[in-house]
Amino acid sequence: MTDQAVEREVGRSRLRKEDARLITGQTNWTDNIQVAGLLHLAILRSPMAHARIERIDVSPALERPGVVAAFSGADLAEGLGSLPCAWPVTEDIVLPDHPPVAVDEVRYAGDPVAVVVARDRYAAADALEAIEVDYDPLPPVLDLEAALAEDAPLVHADKGTNRCYTWPLATGESFESVRQRAEVIVKRRYHQQRLIPNAMEPRAVVVTPLAASGEYTVYSSTQIPHILRIMLSVVTGVPEHKLRVIAPDVGGGFGSKLQVYGEEALALAVARRIGRPVKWTESRSEGYLATHHGRGMIQDVEVAATREGRLLGLKVDLIADMGAYLMLVTPGIPILGAFMYPAIYKMDAYDFTCTGVFTTRTPTDAYRGAGRPEATFAIERIMDELAVELGLDPVEVRRRNWIRHEEFPYTSVAGLTYDTGNYEAATEKALALFGYDDLRAEQHKRNERGDPVRLGIGVSTYTEMCGLAPSRVLRDLRYAAGGWEAASIRMLPTGKVEVVTGTSPHGQSHVTCWSQIAADVLGVPFEDVEVLHGDTKAAPQGMDTYGSRSLVVGGSAVHRAAEKVVEKARKVAAHLLEASAQDLEFTGGVFSVKGSPEARKSIQEVAFETFSSHDLPDGMEPTINAEHLVDPENFSYPHGTHLCAVEVDTETGRTSIRSYVCVDDVGRVVNPMIVEGQVHGGLAQGIAQALYEEAVYDDEGNLVSGTMADYLVPSAADLPDFVTDRTETPAASNPLGVKGVGEAGTIASTPAVVNAVVDALRPLGVHDVRMPCTPERVWRAVRSATAGEEASP
Amino acid sequence: MIPPAFDYARPESVEEAVRALAQAGEEAKVLAGGQSLLPLLRLRLAFPELVVDVGRIPQLRGVREDGDSLVIGAMTTHHDVIRDPLVRRHAGLLAQATATVADPAVRHRGTLGGSLAHADPAGDLPAVVLALDAELVAAGPAGRRTIPAREFFLDYLQSALSPDELLVEVRVPKTDGWSFHYEKFHRVAQAWAIVGVAALVRRENGQIVEARVGLTNMGATPLRAAAAEQALTGAGDPQAVARAAEAAAEGTRPAQDVSASPEYRGHLARVLTRRAVLTATGMG
Repeated sequence: MTDQAVEREVGRSRLRKEDARLITGQTNWTDNIQVAGLLHLAILRSPMAHARIERIDVSPALERPGVVAAFSGADLAEGLGSLPCAWPVTEDIVLPDHPPVAVDEVRYAGDPVAVVVARDRYAAADALEAIEVDYDPLPPVLDLEAALAEDAPLVHADKGTNRCYTWPLATGESFESVRQRAEVIVKRRYHQQRLIPNAMEPRAVVVTPLAASGEYTVYSSTQIPHILRIMLSVVTGVPEHKLRVIAPDVGGGFGSKLQVYGEEALALAVARRIGRPVKWTESRSEGYLATHHGRGMIQDVEVAATREGRLLGLKVDLIADMGAYLMLVTPGIPILGAFMYPAIYKMDAYDFTCTGVFTTRTPTDAYRGAGRPEATFAIERIMDELAVELGLDPVEVRRRNWIRHEEFPYTSVAGLTYDTGNYEAATEKALALFGYDDLRAEQHKRNERGDPVRLGIGVSTYTEMCGLAPSRVLRDLRYAAGGWEAASIRMLPTGKVEVVTGTSPHGQSHVTCWSQIAADVLGVPFEDVEVLHGDTKAAPQGMDTYGSRSLVVGGSAVHRAAEKVVEKARKVAAHLLEASAQDLEFTGGVFSVKGSPEARKSIQEVAFETFSSHDLPDGMEPTINAEHLVDPENFSYPHGTHLCAVEVDTETGRTSIRSYVCVDDVGRVVNPMIVEGQVHGGLAQGIAQALYEEAVYDDEGNLVSGTMADYLVPSAADLPDFVTDRTETPAASNPLGVKGVGEAGTIASTPAVVNAVVDALRPLGVHDVRMPCTPERVWRAVRSATAGEEASP
Repeated sequence: MIPPAFDYARPESVEEAVRALAQAGEEAKVLAGGQSLLPLLRLRLAFPELVVDVGRIPQLRGVREDGDSLVIGAMTTHHDVIRDPLVRRHAGLLAQATATVADPAVRHRGTLGGSLAHADPAGDLPAVVLALDAELVAAGPAGRRTIPAREFFLDYLQSALSPDELLVEVRVPKTDGWSFHYEKFHRVAQAWAIVGVAALVRRENGQIVEARVGLTNMGATPLRAAAAEQALTGAGDPQAVARAAEAAAEGTRPAQDVSASPEYRGHLARVLTRRAVLTATGMG
């Protein structure tokens, strides 16, 4: 076989192996799992944002038909510890107790207060209505700034403060000193509204106990079966080696299933208590209260620059809404963003502070991008303001400040070392695809004639830290665990291959992509590879899937493990071919002896020879299987340039996206079709934050946007055709040259859209519109500005 | 969420359905496509003891002509209304507005009668039948009665149907020769209208001689913009239409909710009325 005959898998748009099962639904969603004697849990939730539980009586529920058991928080307190927070970002962080079921106080509308176990889901839901609870209302805590006041009502009275932590980072020169010499200062406040993640599959958990041996199997719609196993053991006291956690097929997460939820712990505790299998499935509106939210920040941002538009420094003060409790990585989310505010720009000083605040709302935690979209939004919005201040084109002001491609590797002012990148190339390509100059010309004409439908052009560049994460960096950030990933490869006797991965896909196509990677290294057909994941028994080691880490860290582990298999197989082949290992070539899955091409053994034949072990080299362990763990040496840094053109109807306030172009550099691409899909979905979610979605609370702390009728998730019908393209600058920090793509679209699109909306309205005197840029907000901004008043977005 | 328990009846004739409703008194709900009822049940906002599914009564489906009117069976789905040649020819406004209802899945299940009987002022079709001066025919224990659309919508989610009555057909006067347009303003494709305007105008020699304007989501019931209708009479150019449309929100009391304030809704009613009439007449 010649080299030309071998078509590489990596780089091909392979249709997904996952599609048949996921698209037809002939698959293993957690809620589809049925076991004999299964009981169903339903959870009574607080209807109030903040109250003392004066009295609770679950006994009337026991009278209802089909009910097997009912528990209050106090009933469950024994044997059920506080839910974990794995990221106490400062030494003096306030870490409140977080019982899975509230005992004496509820702290957000949706906080669990009691549990019913019944023969079916209907009986369980009906019986909730029989539970008697007397609440004594306490004042809600909703305003982030007011919550920090001396005399503010407290979310956790025993802690004496609503301030969870203050986390500072000051690097480079002092910001004060650059402010002194700056010719231009621009200061703005931005609001990151709360978002609700909306995975397509709601959460669900099934626990099956095996009383005789004290073993439990937990099926959960989770992104993190491995972390969940450890944490459930800690919370419930069930020994880790008696717990098996399975993430079956999982229908999306976007960070919302990067969590150890009360319902998971409580299903385990209840199954243990009553010795029967139990299931809990969240409804959509229940999920809006009970699944963690994302974003929720006030950002005060200040840039100092020269008249020529060179950035001197950046100061960022954040107030971040933790919600009522700290969940798995709640406090760390803004900290993931802390390093990204300087983005792709060079500057001398950076001063960052984040204050985490408790409120009586659903806890926040990771949501697609997790800290990095917020950072990118702030810097990219204020770069536009700086451009206006200086009378420069917004692309030009970015060009004057970004790191040039010949300057890589480059250590940012925040201390990250960006390995590679080419911002010039991505931007030039994007501008050409977009037709930037023509659109600017059209915009000018429309403004001249006072067209009521204005054209706006928004640009956003970005980089992000992906591939979480070097374990030592995580240590320095006070995160409890490491950031390595594991893979092993099993060569089956018939020549088929099992790749076992510690990543846990929930829509990302790991089965397809890991097959492509393994097929290339092993030289076996794509179809001959199966990928096992998401089961702590089948894939015992892993750190799971989040933070665009899976390909960068997990894919690299697959690559390295496959290389180890080849090296082991080479020894067997050399022995069988009676040649020395150095004299073997390996091409297209076949070992051949240099100079005598008729002497050959395929790796799949070697797999059988190893299985039979009849003729292995002396002393060789009878296996060519291999395992590899990767601890990344650095983050990866995808980047790109996004351009958005909007038409804003100033009469109604409606924004319509006319065109959207993005050029992303995610390094080497394993499967272009899947990358494009990831970008499309990310764009949709980022645009959703800019224009549509917001978790709205009333003054009492009730979630007003409590169903999909009021929380507006856009569909394909609301979005434009995206023009997506790429530049390909391989990452230097991993063998595949990949960077990760899961979050890119979400990170760049939000500021691109809002910049476009504001750009459209600037001639009318509007300089900001708060997200989401709803038609009414835009209408009011235009009306205030044209009435000569101070714009009040 | 999980709906509360209820009994279920699936009558095969109108008479049987009316009997079932009469027996259950106030405690029955009609299932006529379920696109509003099922969410109410699942959110436990409705607790009927009996759900009467009228989806298997063939007489309730389809469209026929009756002189100057079309007679549309109450259980005709949105999808079938949109595609029906008679509706498209003689009641184009209804076809056009129905095509904006929610999304394809809802339009395949939801029905005209179900949507009207639900009497949601945010629904698109109540304002449309109001503008069309349609009549609604109800069957009850004492026989049938005809209710003008103007008298059908009493309050928020409250129609003139008594608990033992079933909406069986909608009689829509033909509007051949009228121009029409439904202008819906909503934030995402499947969302309810923040405001909708159903405009029907008849013109002679380029001047509007008769105008009917139905308003979606401008109060507890669908409304006619009477002042604007009057002001439109005689309008013959875009400026006159624009002036007339300024009266569109007169007498309305729109709600404050998560998607809009009353003030903004009033503004939209004026803008959308102007646009709807201009689009209908081709003046814009």
